[in-house]
Amino acid sequence: MPQARLKKILSVFEGKKGGLISILQRVQEEFGYLPEEALGEIADFLRIPASEVFSVATFYAHFYLTRRGDHLVRVCQGTACHVRGARDILETAQHCLGIKTGQTTEDYKYSLERVACLGSCALAPIMVVDDTVYPQVTTKKVLEILTNNKDDAEKKEG
Amino acid sequence: MINDISLTINGIEVKAPQGATILEAARGAGIYIPTLCYCPGLTSEGTCRICLVKIENKKKLHPACRTPVEEGMVVITDDAEIERVRRVTLELILSDHDFNCLLCPKSGRCRLQELVNRIGFDERRLNRLNRVAKELPVDTSNPFFDFNPNKCIQCGICIRTCHEIVGVHAIDMGYRGYDLKVTTFGDKPFKESVCVSCGECVERCPVAALIPKKVEYPTREVKTTCVYCGVGCGLYLGVRGNNIVKARGDSENPVNRGELCVRGRFGYKFIHSRDRLSSPLVRAYDPLERIAHGIDETGEGGKPVIAPLVKREGKFVEVNWDQAIRYVASTLVHYKGDQFAAISSAKCTNEENYLFQKLVRAVMGTNNIDHCARLCHSPTLIGLAASLGSGAMTNAISEIGKAASIFVIGSNTTATHPIIGRDINRAVQKGAKLIVADPRETMLCRIADVWLRHHPGTDVALLNAMARVIIEEGLLDASFIEERCEGLEAFEASVMEWDLSRAEEVTGVTAREIAEAARIYASISPATILYAMGITQHSHGTDNVKAVANLALLTGNIGKPSTGVNPLRGQNNVQGACDMGALPDVFPGYQKVEDSKIRKKFEKAWGCQLNPSPGLTLTELFEAAYAGKVKALYLMGENPVLTEADTNFTEEAISHLELLVVQDIFLTETAQLADVVLPAASFAEKEGTFTNTERRVQRVRKAIEPVGNTRPDWMIIRDIAQNMGARGFDFNSPEEIMEEIRTLTPSYAGITYERIDAVGLQWPCPDTEHPGTSYLYAEKFNTPSGRGQFTPISYSPPAEVTSHEYPLILTTRRSIFHFHSTLSRKVAGLNVLRGEEQVEINPVDAAALEIEDGETVKVMSRRGTVRAKAKISKITPPGLVSMTFHYTETRTNVLTNRAFDPVAKIPEFKVCAVKIEREIDYGAEYWGWGTGKD
Ligand code: SF4
Ligand code: SF4
Ligand code: SF4
Ligand code: FES
Ligand code: FES
Repeated sequence: MPQARLKKILSVFEGKKGGLISILQRVQEEFGYLPEEALGEIADFLRIPASEVFSVATFYAHFYLTRRGDHLVRVCQGTACHVRGARDILETAQHCLGIKTGQTTEDYKYSLERVACLGSCALAPIMVVDDTVYPQVTTKKVLEILTNNKDDAEKKEG
Repeated sequence: MINDISLTINGIEVKAPQGATILEAARGAGIYIPTLCYCPGLTSEGTCRICLVKIENKKKLHPACRTPVEEGMVVITDDAEIERVRRVTLELILSDHDFNCLLCPKSGRCRLQELVNRIGFDERRLNRLNRVAKELPVDTSNPFFDFNPNKCIQCGICIRTCHEIVGVHAIDMGYRGYDLKVTTFGDKPFKESVCVSCGECVERCPVAALIPKKVEYPTREVKTTCVYCGVGCGLYLGVRGNNIVKARGDSENPVNRGELCVRGRFGYKFIHSRDRLSSPLVRAYDPLERIAHGIDETGEGGKPVIAPLVKREGKFVEVNWDQAIRYVASTLVHYKGDQFAAISSAKCTNEENYLFQKLVRAVMGTNNIDHCARLCHSPTLIGLAASLGSGAMTNAISEIGKAASIFVIGSNTTATHPIIGRDINRAVQKGAKLIVADPRETMLCRIADVWLRHHPGTDVALLNAMARVIIEEGLLDASFIEERCEGLEAFEASVMEWDLSRAEEVTGVTAREIAEAARIYASISPATILYAMGITQHSHGTDNVKAVANLALLTGNIGKPSTGVNPLRGQNNVQGACDMGALPDVFPGYQKVEDSKIRKKFEKAWGCQLNPSPGLTLTELFEAAYAGKVKALYLMGENPVLTEADTNFTEEAISHLELLVVQDIFLTETAQLADVVLPAASFAEKEGTFTNTERRVQRVRKAIEPVGNTRPDWMIIRDIAQNMGARGFDFNSPEEIMEEIRTLTPSYAGITYERIDAVGLQWPCPDTEHPGTSYLYAEKFNTPSGRGQFTPISYSPPAEVTSHEYPLILTTRRSIFHFHSTLSRKVAGLNVLRGEEQVEINPVDAAALEIEDGETVKVMSRRGTVRAKAKISKITPPGLVSMTFHYTETRTNVLTNRAFDPVAKIPEFKVCAVKIEREIDYGAEYWGWGTGKD
């Protein structure tokens, strides 16, 4: 029961001052994103305005307000990658997953994101799925990775 | 403030007070510095960088709006470099602004336009900068204003307004970078957020991002006083033709300093409601009788009236004023004496209340007059008069903000008295301690240091236990008690039975919290107590009030600034209606009708014999009508069918009357039962005065001509009296009436229209030199002995307790979007915000009853049944449900208990036992005709 899981997290912070960011992090770890009801409960718990919690949660790029996919696909759009055709890579990924950047597939398997620069410009263009880095990807490779990965995932679930 | 800092701005020698900003110093000296994110009265965030100035010997440019002045500072506000920086800043702001100025409602009053005119921009550079214009959807969900994010310049003024002034925190900056925007929690439409629609942010937005739905510029403005609640905010009505098109706060008014709540700012729209009564109506009687009374056989436009003959089944016929007045006057003649009763109005002016009670006493020869104060603060009038001397707020509203600790008991202040709620909020922001005692989790509970969630009706136990803690821990003010009070011993003895563990058991509040609250209140002074219906609307309301007063006396928190016992009066002029003697036992100024000396004074002034016996209270009056003892009732601006406890009884009582005259601006539920309906003018259509909750007598001014064929109440009363041949009613203006009030009411003696022209005066104001009284009892109490009276109070439980059959307690409340039963319901936008009743029920009870959020439920008490939508909410604790009483569609007072306070005769609105059932038509569901829910 999510309510109980949230209560448990909050109880750890009982009596401590501040801590909004840490609570948000813990809640996101637990649920994979920040459900709106949880934000409301956090505001009640900290006795701060809900709008403030929302403001903080939307300010930091690493907080998600909608449920994320099981796998996170990130395509670099930094300058180096851009020069080497990162646009096409992103478009292929979008096409392949059937979603736009920032969205999550209907089955909550994949979320797609763009990132600025991953700091490995020598290997551009780069795509990252969860913790696996795919250097110098091509559109064909993207197709391969994403469909393979998809099958794997399905097999695992299956 | 002393201007003790000298600095030089643009070579000019300027003086400014310590702590002032460069901007303030410059403005004071008439030097222009452009600003965008600066707003007087709010903290400066210095985000827009338009106000940058140069300070000699300092490297960077500094924002004038947040840089404090220093002795000897040399400031330059304008030179080529500053200009260039400002221009670039402005170009950045303009680059993603949708500036279609010609079609923009803010055009001509827009700060951005002003800056463009002053600073200018480079067209080519701007074109290069021009980012793709955002096209975000406009939020039109709020009935009074729109939010257009495409026009927003992210100055943050709205956010700071909502935080610092309103204390609602409905909005904040969301997202980041290019997506940065003003957003509610969850990025929801305003209407679905916690926004209370006060419009303060709209008023301050420098551009057209937050903008009223319909922008109409008034051709003139009339200064007057808000007609809704007892705060009595000063406002300006904007007039165009014979229409009110805008209301804005009066910044000179010490009560609201220019602020308004949703009702004050947008609630004026009832004035032009299509439902306004516009012609006198008489129920069609037997034709012969009609002819005898000179009532035309033909109605409006020469159409013959085919009227049924029986009185109650009769239809209304429109008549002209002459006929109506003559009809009422000639009928009333037959009902002189105690078979007549009148209900006056806390919505009407002082002058009208005065005239009305004069008509009742001097012409009708009875003291049977009362008004809705019976249902709200009669325990205050009686309880505080006994303990302290006067049944009114001891201190001024403006003092609340300066209190060091504030104890709010039984008042949902942010909803019922929004402007006072903001004062509390500001005081807390500045560090004041706040104690809130309320069974419901009101907005104030959130910012409270201690929240005492006591069981409804256990206030005496709570207050007595607090008193015991104060006494035992030696936190009482012994010298104050010694010098100024009496009766401590008996009181002390009486509270000793309230040890913390017993109190905990009865009230449901932990001993620790009770003790903590007592310590805060007693030791952090000045401490003030604010209370309202949660204290008074009980079958032992008078006891509750005295228990509150005991606490203030015990700690010496009275007779000094920012202390006191402060009953928050509900209606705009309920204080005034009481002051004017619209009560059965007193003449104006609380002078007893039983006192023969007083009576002589009034007999002499009014030139008549006066009835020495006190009349019936509002609640007794309906019983007398029911019993046939009162046969005729004249009612002005009241709607007892919705507002009295136990609606069914009230309606039955009314049906026993022989004559019911109702004078109102709408055909209320009560007026529909009347024999004669007299259409009155609204507050915007007449002159007069209102007395607000802090005893401030303020002017009401005529902004427009009476709508339709209506007349101000004072004129109607005057004409009826004169038609009955009475003398002493030849007034030509409310001012003349006030002149008479002054001579007979000692506390109003110094109040003249001239003196209250600008800001009003707080009574007591005994002569025309007197500056008015901000707080009472500075030297002595108004009791016979001049001392504050401690009263031992024993606890008695509510009159109705839960049973197996009725397991829940119902407590009534009010919504911020509505007032009582009529005015606000005629404002379409307010109905959009809250258009129907919601029964608040705790998730625990809802689960047990298998009730879903939003489904229609039946609420039943021993007296009747009503239907309303359920609202599952943790605001009410398990075992308690709560409803408002604004809706004729859901007549909550069908349920409430008429159990009276034995002294004040106030019904117990705050506690009655109910049960709740799902409204499900199982049959229909079975046949698949619907879910049974709506
Ligand atoms: S209307 Fe009032 S409550 Fe709503 S956002 Fe604006 S300031 Fe806040
Ligand atoms: S809505 Fe108006 S007040 Fe609020 S940030 Fe935008 S421009 Fe400023
Ligand atoms: S607080 Fe009361 S007096 Fe002030 S604007 Fe609102 S309703 Fe009117
Ligand atoms: S630009 Fe893609 S890794 Fe640096
Ligand atoms: S007005 Fe000073 S920084 Fe905006």
